[in-house]
Amino acid sequence: METPGAPALALENITVTFLARDAKDTRYTALKDATLVVAPGEFVSVVGPTGCGKSTLLNVAVGLLEPSAGSVKVFGKTLVGLNHQAGYLFQTEALMPWRTGLDNVTAGLEFRGVAREEAVQRAEDWLARVGLAGHGHRYPHQLSGGMRRRVALAQTLILDPQIILMDEPFSALDIQTRQLMENELLELWSANRKSVVFITHDLEEAISLSDRVVVLSAGPGTHPIGEFAIDLPRPRDVAEIRMTPRFIELHTQIWRAMKDEVLKGYARTRIQ
Amino acid sequence: MREPASSNGLWATVRPRQGNLRLWQVGMMVAFFLLWHVFAVPGIVPPFYFDDSSKAAFFFGEPLKVFGRIWEWFSSGDIYAHLWVTLWETFLAFVIGTVSGLVIGLWLALNPIASALCDPYIKALNSMPRVILAPIFSVWFGLDIASKVALGVTLVFFIVFFNVYQGVREVSPTVLANARILGANQRQLLRHVYVPSAMSWVFASLHNSVGLAFVGAVVGEYLGSSRGVGYLILQAEGTFDINTVFAGILVLTAFALVLDYLVTLTEKRLMVWQPRQGETERL
Repeated sequence: METPGAPALALENITVTFLARDAKDTRYTALKDATLVVAPGEFVSVVGPTGCGKSTLLNVAVGLLEPSAGSVKVFGKTLVGLNHQAGYLFQTEALMPWRTGLDNVTAGLEFRGVAREEAVQRAEDWLARVGLAGHGHRYPHQLSGGMRRRVALAQTLILDPQIILMDEPFSALDIQTRQLMENELLELWSANRKSVVFITHDLEEAISLSDRVVVLSAGPGTHPIGEFAIDLPRPRDVAEIRMTPRFIELHTQIWRAMKDEVLKGYARTRIQ
Repeated sequence: MREPASSNGLWATVRPRQGNLRLWQVGMMVAFFLLWHVFAVPGIVPPFYFDDSSKAAFFFGEPLKVFGRIWEWFSSGDIYAHLWVTLWETFLAFVIGTVSGLVIGLWLALNPIASALCDPYIKALNSMPRVILAPIFSVWFGLDIASKVALGVTLVFFIVFFNVYQGVREVSPTVLANARILGANQRQLLRHVYVPSAMSWVFASLHNSVGLAFVGAVVGEYLGSSRGVGYLILQAEGTFDINTVFAGILVLTAFALVLDYLVTLTEKRLMVWQPRQGETERL
């Protein structure tokens, strides 16, 4: 049963420990006692140093990974198996290369048994919304990186998920394409507000998009060390808002909290 | 030192390059048959290895007689029945081997326990020289086409099987996770993720498996049969008719090339989603 008024997503005291496959006594604790609560319609960004287990957190939220301890609740209901309320935008290529762009967008509807004709119609509509009208017949390898991201976005959003999980979705794009896509994302999101968890290592991206920024500690044993409400007015233009004094103030504040962790994370990568 | 301009210029115009490749390829073939003719037909060059000038023709045949035999076969229509049998065996071996390899490969790749259980036996079956099974198949399935098809199947099956197995293992975990999150159930994952991914590996092996289906058919016929091109070769060999043996080999080679070309066509049609390396145009 869904509880009215419950948070869209509640990760409570999540601990994830990996065992090495060949040496069973070698453990790696990626997350330790991590708690993250996202309200319905809220846009939350999670920032942290490289390799701190940000993706692990999302994998737990979507149900791909079972936590070693702690609980995941979706609209008040404990998560068992995959999270069917959630859409997931992967950091790396996740489109099926043997399907055209259009067929990739219809995939989710097809899996749910929606009639082909209706699925195609809705997919065309979504392709137009992400700016790819008329490109649906192309295969992923015939599309540019930015276009593939748009197809992936349409593929996820067409299912109208209540929670959208994004794992550094724009990190592989060049800066101009990236800002354009961030604006498009904000536009799509504000038209139909869903809960978003947006993982990024880019603090500016996090601030310009979100209602709230959560800062994670360096790994191992990652957990949130700070939360900052972003009170910048909406609608926002991600390129312009970076110049405002309030943005710079927030950036300085959050960076101060992050800096030590980033240095710790960096030191770890240097040792290895 | 500079080379004389004239010889340099001539070579520059005729030397093999992208444009005249076909011409050179045909030229090489003609040269091969010419050499064969000159050295094999008695009386053209004095014997330098054999003591008798007719022996070269006895061991190596004569290209003109070989072509004459091929012409005779096709103009009288004698060959069609044999060719038809051999191609039919090849086709059956190819289809049965591919389908069974696909099904069993998918099944084992998706069942870790079953695959662990069967692993040593599959390795053993694969490393066994399977051509020696031909006499056993003749006993089991008779001298008709069934024993040749069975031999072809054992050859094709393992190629397809290992490629499917590999293909399923190599499915991108991200694509798989994405399809699951988009709502695919086990059956849909099989149909929309595992099979298409495995098919690209199967297609990569198709040239090999068509060739081996052909080998299975011909070797099977050669070891005991009453029809087929392999049977023609066996008969000719029994009477030391080397020209007919070579004629049979040439016909088989030509049809192997045709089969290979058909595979290429199918591959191009079905694998449109695969990126092909582009080339820049030189202006």
